Amino acid sequence: MSSVPVRARRRTRFSEFALETLIRVLGFSTIGFVGLIFLFLLREGVPVFFEVPPGSLFSGRWYPTFGIFGTLPLIFGSLLVTLLAIAMALPLGVATAVFVREVAPRWAREILKPIIEVLAGIPSVVLGFFGMTLVAPLVREVLGAPTGLTAFSGAFILAYMALPTIISVAEDALDSVPRSYRDAGLAMGATRWQTIWRVVVPAARSGILTAVMLGMGRAIGETMAVMMVTGNAAVMPSSLASLFRPVRTMTATIAAEMGEVARGSTHYHALFGIGIILFVLTFLINLAAATAIFQKKRKGGLR
Amino acid sequence: MICACLAAVLSAGCSGRSTGGNAGSAGTTAPEAAFQDTGSDTLVNLALAWAERYMSENPEVRISVTGGGSGTGIASLINGTVQIANASREMSAEEIAEAKKNGISPVKFTVALDAIAVVANPNNSVEGLTLQQLSDIYTGKITRWSQVGGQDGPVVLLSRESNSGTYVYFLEQVVRLGNAKSKALFSPETLLMPSSQGIGTEVQQNPHAIGYDGLGYVTSEQKMIAVARTAAGPYVLPSARTVLNKSYPVSRPLYMYTAGEPTGAVKKYLDWIVSDGQKLVRDVGFVPLAGSGG
Repeated sequence: MSSVPVRARRRTRFSEFALETLIRVLGFSTIGFVGLIFLFLLREGVPVFFEVPPGSLFSGRWYPTFGIFGTLPLIFGSLLVTLLAIAMALPLGVATAVFVREVAPRWAREILKPIIEVLAGIPSVVLGFFGMTLVAPLVREVLGAPTGLTAFSGAFILAYMALPTIISVAEDALDSVPRSYRDAGLAMGATRWQTIWRVVVPAARSGILTAVMLGMGRAIGETMAVMMVTGNAAVMPSSLASLFRPVRTMTATIAAEMGEVARGSTHYHALFGIGIILFVLTFLINLAAATAIFQKKRKGGLR
Repeated sequence: MICACLAAVLSAGCSGRSTGGNAGSAGTTAPEAAFQDTGSDTLVNLALAWAERYMSENPEVRISVTGGGSGTGIASLINGTVQIANASREMSAEEIAEAKKNGISPVKFTVALDAIAVVANPNNSVEGLTLQQLSDIYTGKITRWSQVGGQDGPVVLLSRESNSGTYVYFLEQVVRLGNAKSKALFSPETLLMPSSQGIGTEVQQNPHAIGYDGLGYVTSEQKMIAVARTAAGPYVLPSARTVLNKSYPVSRPLYMYTAGEPTGAVKKYLDWIVSDGQKLVRDVGFVPLAGSGG
């Protein structure tokens, strides 16, 4: 405000001041809303940590209708599905980004990029139907699991949903690697593949890490598709075979049970408690992503 | 849940301006009586059919129907936001106490009967099960189909979500065999499906699956399992006849609750439901009340 020249006309000064204030209020209100949401979450969710002893809150049985609130199967369920989804989406996403940015001819890139963006716009219910009617039977018949509604099927659908995010962000990261890096690699006698794999991808690694984190944030918060495909049985994942057994995620639990729960009951607080856990997990993931971006900036050069 | 969303969309068409409205004020002499009817997903199709027919016969009345589950409907009744709550279970003592605290004394109407059908894949060779066997299957004591006379294979348990009135009823009457002292629970391996449609899809696709749902939701791609009270039989398939003569063991009444004794338009509507409205019940797949001739 103080930078406005003294001789500027009053009206200009006033409208500028008004505009600046408006933008400032809007900007801070966004932060304020997030803060309020978190406060609300805390207010509704914290009582569960007093109503249910920590020992049983972090035990392995979730029967909310009967006062048994063991959240561990839900936490592990969410983590299992999310990590598996990222394990599937990461190689595929980075490979696609490398192809689109480094290998594909210009005309192919022009076609591929919009298509990838359309992929991000498919509603999750539609993907859920797809998972229920196509992926689940395949998983059951091909892998011989008792049912196709498994952590694996859920992760498969989630991987598909996280892919557009991972591809777009990773592609941007590759895009910001200076041309001189590629030229230098090729000038040293490296093949195109060697240049991509040894020079360009490592130079963009923090951007790729951000891509993974953002994809993970999308995957862990996804509800509808997961609810339709993972079977929703609150079983503790115990061995590798658990990948091909049903799981129940935190998001699906909240979505499925919140509509029915009596306001102010322990179950109600427990669902908000799960919301807090979920919020903290997503926050940590986003924080990690932000740190990666920050480090990239500090190292300089790569945007 | 999907079913509920659909119902919400459908009813949005007929709800028009009929938002809000205090409990009890629906029966005023205003030319347009409007009230809300919310609750059980089991009942939602029937409630919609009733509301549509009634509104076409009585254009001055507007009824908006939504699903969401018995608990949602009852909670809305307690909060005073709806005039009629659909429920596939009775209100619990706690819920009645809470309603009384808000100055509302809920009144129960039995509006139809429903059989809970036990369904399996058409390729499953098991024809009938006793209640005891069903209980053992759902608590996880029986884990292979060969233990109840089928082809060998793991049993995949399907259930509605724990918020559903159908879940509570099945737990009390089948898993706990009607024994109020029993502490038996569904096996943790049970897949909780968010909708009837989810159970239908999995049962059609998976030869190992067993599920349960309201008779109205069973399609021809699912095979109904006959249920017997004891091993001596008889094994009975659910139908309107076997529910009414009480030979099918897993059936229950469906309710509508009102906030206080209904008056005016709400009373007329409920009177119509238990009389002429019963003719629609069978079309939607439920069982009309005995003696209504429907």
